Amino acid sequence: MTATSTVTTPSALAPARGPWRTALADLARDRTAIASFAILMLIVVVCLLAPVYAHYIAHTDPFQSNVSGTTVVNGKTVPVLAPTTSGLGLGVTPIGPTGDVHHYFLGADSQGRDVMARLLYGGRNSLLIGLSSALICCVAAALLGVIAGYFGGVVDTILNWFFDVIWAFPVYLLAISLSVVLLTNGLRLGPLSVQAGSLWLPILIIAAVYVPYVARPVRGQVLALRGREFIQASIGIGGSDVRILRRDVLPNIAPMVLVFLPLMAAINMLTEAALSFLSVGVQPPAASWGTIINDGLGLLYTRPTVAIAPGLMVVITAVTLNLLGDSVRSALDPKARLRGAA
Amino acid sequence: MTRFALRRLLSTVLVLFAISVVTFLIFFATPGVDPAARIAGRNADPATLAQVRHEFGLDRPLPVRYVLMMDHLLIKHDLTSYVNRGAAVIPQILHAAPVTLSLVIGAAVIWMVFGILIGTVSAATRGTIADPVLMIVGVVGVSVPVYWLGEVVNLITQDKLHSGVFSWVPPLGYVSLTANPVQWALHLLFPWLTLAVLYAGIYARVLRGELLEALNEDYVRTARAKGLSERRVLIAHALRCSLIPIVSLFGLDFGALIGGAALLNEVVFGLPGLGLLTYNSLQNLDLPVIIASVLYAAFFIVLANAVVDVVYAAIDPRVRRA
Repeated sequence: MTATSTVTTPSALAPARGPWRTALADLARDRTAIASFAILMLIVVVCLLAPVYAHYIAHTDPFQSNVSGTTVVNGKTVPVLAPTTSGLGLGVTPIGPTGDVHHYFLGADSQGRDVMARLLYGGRNSLLIGLSSALICCVAAALLGVIAGYFGGVVDTILNWFFDVIWAFPVYLLAISLSVVLLTNGLRLGPLSVQAGSLWLPILIIAAVYVPYVARPVRGQVLALRGREFIQASIGIGGSDVRILRRDVLPNIAPMVLVFLPLMAAINMLTEAALSFLSVGVQPPAASWGTIINDGLGLLYTRPTVAIAPGLMVVITAVTLNLLGDSVRSALDPKARLRGAA
Repeated sequence: MTRFALRRLLSTVLVLFAISVVTFLIFFATPGVDPAARIAGRNADPATLAQVRHEFGLDRPLPVRYVLMMDHLLIKHDLTSYVNRGAAVIPQILHAAPVTLSLVIGAAVIWMVFGILIGTVSAATRGTIADPVLMIVGVVGVSVPVYWLGEVVNLITQDKLHSGVFSWVPPLGYVSLTANPVQWALHLLFPWLTLAVLYAGIYARVLRGELLEALNEDYVRTARAKGLSERRVLIAHALRCSLIPIVSLFGLDFGALIGGAALLNEVVFGLPGLGLLTYNSLQNLDLPVIIASVLYAAFFIVLANAVVDVVYAAIDPRVRRA
């Protein structure tokens, strides 16, 4: 009964199309997916234009502190960092949001740097780390999951045990541990050498800690596939492992990994922000949304925009990635499509 | 059954052992990381470094150091911190544990109630405007960084409005339950809500998916065919089955949070719990505290895994028979 009703959906009555093209067509009709993708692309493009903004519009260097600088607001020259007058009168209060994109649109941080320019530069790093670590994590996890599930035996036992150990570590504690150790000295592992301040460190660390979350379901899927008739048939006609993996296994786990990709990008970006917030992620003077939230912590009650603006960017980006992930899932997972149609 | 339990216990012990070794290696065997340099302070001369190394036993071979540390932690119970000389590690953990426990239990009650409520209502109202609205709430919940939300909450409750609407909100910090139950709850109210947002979002999303899938199952059709009301079908039949994955999620999340995964929350709200303790020790490379708290955390996660397996069998007869 259920099976029949699935087959007679309109998309199945159309001329035969591959599952990928069906999924793509579904996504193209999904308004949520298009809207999320558009917003995400907008954020990416705007962040990529950070140097243009800093150089041609705001005329500022967002990595250089500007403690004694001045700027012009409403025709009056004001210091970027004014001495604090309230409370104990200690320290300085940076200039608040001017609402003028040419200077200090979102105000300055405690070192007198333009928060808007830093927000854009920070966005580049946050997006880069979130997306590339998700990609690395999914590829590595797919590889390990397939190896464990397909070859079984000792390899499977060892890999599975390795997943268990990482799994039993609280993710954040493991990520922070690795960051604390590697941040000061960089990573030298055989041919792999990463400088101390490099963005590759958070990328690799975040990718590594989430590997079991993707690898375990992949392994389960491969185990189930291995018992299916078409794979047994491939083995029976003497297909090589490489051929079976490429022609039979890979096409069947690719949708699953693809569904994970945007969701992992959202999680990884949130993790990057958390690590940077705890000052064990992106290192100064470089910025990310997390580091700016951290900068804003000390200014929370005087200049709340410094912390609020990057947080909002994180929320918006994560929401679009999550919505996109949901849409990709319902496009690729026939069960989910049934749900949507019901 | 006994053999199964024994094997399970053995693998648990093995995983805990592996975690202690991995943690130890991360901090002692990573090239370029020198705990002695951290203890001695910046720009210490070589003589001081050598003395510190000897004093803390850092000049001994790695396996010896590992065994000594585990001996002090697990058998003699007198492991002391590197940074706060002489401060025993175990009392620090025992002191921090109730704070984290209070935070996590309160938040768990809130997120379970709201997660299940939102997920069920959203599945029941599918096709109407309520479902997408509730799901947007869920997506925002899983996309908000908890520390940032905490800061915004602090800004609202502790700043200008503190002299007005939110004058009843106490300053940040922790008051123990035994000292003053009312103050305990007041201090923890916003940390609870903030922590619960993320998990309520996750659970609502998962539960909605499970419920919609269950509503397509044959047993639900049977229930409907028997003439049961839609409400009864949803709650007594579909929800019962859909709660199984929620139970397993809950076990894992709860275990991780008890173990210190709530550290961001503790940092923002100034709660001296385990997460904060672990975080501070990580920053100082205070290895004895790190090892002890990571093992404590891992213990709860592994325990939660085992409990989840048992509860699974208890609520799902299919698992029991298999």
